[in-house]
Amino acid sequence: MIKAILIFNNHGKPRLSMFYQPYSEDTQWQIIRETFHLVSKRDENVCNFLEGGLLIGESDNKLIYRHYATLYFVFCVDSSESELGILDLIQVFVETLDKCFENVCELDLIFHVDKVPNILAEMVMGGMVLETNMNEIVTQIDAQNKLEKSEAALAGAPAQIFKSPIYNCIKKNKIPRNKFNQGGERPVL
Amino acid sequence: MVASSSSLKLQDLIQEIREAKTQAQEREVIQKECAHIRASFRDGDPLHRHRQLAKLLYVHMLGYPAHFGQMECLKLIASPRFTDKRVGYLGAMLLLDERQDAHLLITNSIKNDLSQGIQAVQGLALCTLSATGSAEMCRDLATEVEKLLLQPSAYVRKKAVLTAVHMIRKVPELSNIFLPPCAQLLHEHHHGVLLGTITLITELCERSPAALKHFRKMVPQLVHILRTLVTTGYSTEHSISGVSDPFLQVQILRLLRILGRNHEESSETMNDLLAQVATNTDTSRNAGNAVLFETVLTIMDIHSAAGLRVLAVNILGRFLLNSDRNIRYVALTSLLRLVQSDHSAVQRHRPTVVECLREPDDSLSRRALELSLALVNSSNVRAMTQELQGFLESCPPDLQADCASGILLAAERFAPTKRWHIDTTLRVLMTAGTHVRDDAVANLTQLIGGAQELHAYSVRRLYSALAEDISQQPLVQVAAWCIGEYGDLLLEGSCEETEPLQVEEEEVLALLERVLQSHMSLPATRGYALTALMKLSTRLHGDNKAAILEKIPLVERGGSQADEEAKESKETAQLSEAAPVPTEPQASELLDLLDLLDGPSGDAQHPPPLDPTPGGALIHLLNLPCAPPPPAPIPNLKVFEREGLQLNLSFVRPPGTPTLLLITVTATNTSGGDVTHFICQAAVPKSFQLQLQAPSGDTVPAQGGLPTTQLLRILNPKKAPLRLKLRLTYNHFGQSVQEIFEVNNLPVETWQ
Repeated sequence: MIKAILIFNNHGKPRLSMFYQPYSEDTQWQIIRETFHLVSKRDENVCNFLEGGLLIGESDNKLIYRHYATLYFVFCVDSSESELGILDLIQVFVETLDKCFENVCELDLIFHVDKVPNILAEMVMGGMVLETNMNEIVTQIDAQNKLEKSEAALAGAPAQIFKSPIYNCIKKNKIPRNKFNQGGERPVL
Repeated sequence: MVASSSSLKLQDLIQEIREAKTQAQEREVIQKECAHIRASFRDGDPLHRHRQLAKLLYVHMLGYPAHFGQMECLKLIASPRFTDKRVGYLGAMLLLDERQDAHLLITNSIKNDLSQGIQAVQGLALCTLSATGSAEMCRDLATEVEKLLLQPSAYVRKKAVLTAVHMIRKVPELSNIFLPPCAQLLHEHHHGVLLGTITLITELCERSPAALKHFRKMVPQLVHILRTLVTTGYSTEHSISGVSDPFLQVQILRLLRILGRNHEESSETMNDLLAQVATNTDTSRNAGNAVLFETVLTIMDIHSAAGLRVLAVNILGRFLLNSDRNIRYVALTSLLRLVQSDHSAVQRHRPTVVECLREPDDSLSRRALELSLALVNSSNVRAMTQELQGFLESCPPDLQADCASGILLAAERFAPTKRWHIDTTLRVLMTAGTHVRDDAVANLTQLIGGAQELHAYSVRRLYSALAEDISQQPLVQVAAWCIGEYGDLLLEGSCEETEPLQVEEEEVLALLERVLQSHMSLPATRGYALTALMKLSTRLHGDNKAAILEKIPLVERGGSQADEEAKESKETAQLSEAAPVPTEPQASELLDLLDLLDGPSGDAQHPPPLDPTPGGALIHLLNLPCAPPPPAPIPNLKVFEREGLQLNLSFVRPPGTPTLLLITVTATNTSGGDVTHFICQAAVPKSFQLQLQAPSGDTVPAQGGLPTTQLLRILNPKKAPLRLKLRLTYNHFGQSVQEIFEVNNLPVETWQ
């Protein structure tokens, strides 16, 4: 079972925090801090598995993480999950994000903070793996977004503006966007 | 469509927060926005409620309180719009866990949404239900979910299946409802549904032996599904790096493991396929390796052919040498799982495992340590201990405790000779003394005590070790004890097993005094040192008064030596009982240094029982029938009291040194405020020699906390009447205090 999925940046700022066990809010925050502390200490050439940590590492839980550019993707799992399988799962998640956001980078996760949990929910549900086929996931997300758009149109509200003016500017100017594995967060203008 | 004019869109809020340069600024922006959100919730603008909640959820992720949004989640879930439900259900997952009162209120909405027929909506409801559904909710909604298992939409079916897993976890009786549909679901072609079904069946089998029996009938079908996956050509749909749906393969392999365990027939049915997967899987990418590992674990867990088992362990051995650290980690983990059941097979890979101890990667070296300790046996104990000692010297601090206790345990179990055992324990104490368990000291003293032929050797080694380093407390304690016990062996002659070492009595005493005075020494350690000094003073000078200080006979360990392991914990418990003081360095028990004669191992055996009354202990002990009448104990003297701070003096005239007076100054504080920067100085007449030892601390905590003690040594060679002046400086209740006074009413026994 997956106990938690966390995304945070190199400074420990959370970009997504999903818990699949009922932890209190204080405990959740402690877990995030502790996980960042443990993961940021790791060198670049070590394995992607971590034990220890008082809270989330109790009993046979472990942390499985991947570092992409400025973001850490951390899955906290118990012993029933295949470690190598989870590594692949993280990769599928990132590739799906890439498909949804077109050459995704940290900025996308920041400004689409409401969309990321929806994408994750199509992959992991109740702490269990739901779907690993990227096309299926993306198809679903597209269908749901269309549904939202049509509702917005019906209500007569202006078409939903997902991006702020500044963000639009960035996109238009087409500052070269690095793929996830290479680049970093683009500077805020 | 009335949006408050200064209320932001989500992206604008995000932008503003990012522009905040300090934490305080960020807090300001967020507080301002939360106020708007609250107002908007109150005014009830339904069209934009979802936007407000989205902002609130963002703020919540950053760590700010968002509980006032809980009711809004309910409203949004109840709205007919998908947009609203989407945010509402997410909010429910984040803000409305089981412990909130409002949690149950979403049950009705979920029920409605489940039967709505719009798959996106049904999906939302199922998702939230599977994430946070309470037992009560699960009971209410079980039949709804059961119906959805037969829905035409594969999307809904796959979500319903996983929701069923959650429901069974919350309410195990629901297994009865969800078991029957599984047979049908196994015929699914949709991978998502199939994956969920396997998960469901696994959950059912893990909970009930009856279910396990029931599903064993499906082993042939599962084998068929897996075979199809394995032999299918490259298909873009579900493949990861050329392996067809490795996630599904892994799940099936796990289920097969559970079904085949302890069951000949099932094991046989899957044998061929497992062999096929083990030999044909492409191991160049992670996905293939994931499948391979699962296969190996399954092979080892069921009744597989011997040849297949050998193949499996060899695969693991190969992976131990893989350049990819992740593979090495999983290999170590898997071998650890097998070390009990297939010990000799795993032993073959011992050299490689030991290599992994040298890994710079902490995760790997930790695993390697666990596995190495599990592989120690009587034939490899010397070599393994050597490796582990090397590891102990360089491993990260959080592994030192485990490594140290692991080595000591292995030494206990497999020591080839007593001398090796002593050497090994010594080396561990020297390397990682601060990380060993409390019973290490007692165990080592017991070990040395019981090895008479090694007394001379032990005391010499310990003396040398102590002379080099007096900071490792357990080592110092054992060394002090040993020197006290066998000091005569140390001083006389030489021992053939160590280098010749000429030690003078003064050197030994000086060393022990150094220990006594060192600020690094714990109170318990000082106790050991003081006891040793006392023992030496009688043994080396032949004083016959102290029968109590004769060589300690070996404390019997409980019962026979036959079953070491069973007795081990009992023994350490007994030894701990016999030696309470050394293992608990609490200064309060050692208020008067002279209490320490109650201390280390063996004294519990001696009659009469020791009476730890302050100041009187030593004198009572000497009150033995054959001894000359002892001097009466000198009464304590209270010399100072001010606002709850009290100073007490206690006196001892050690026998054998008629000119020596030991005064212990004890400062206690019964007031409500701490006394800090406490310094006590003393002055005596010119013919006296005064030595002040370091105090136990400079803070006397309030409310009767741990008192501060200080030892004064006064030599009075002319036997002149004692006069003593004390000067105190300290801070109390925010004021600095200085007091100078002469101690009156000094008992005449202090100098006569």
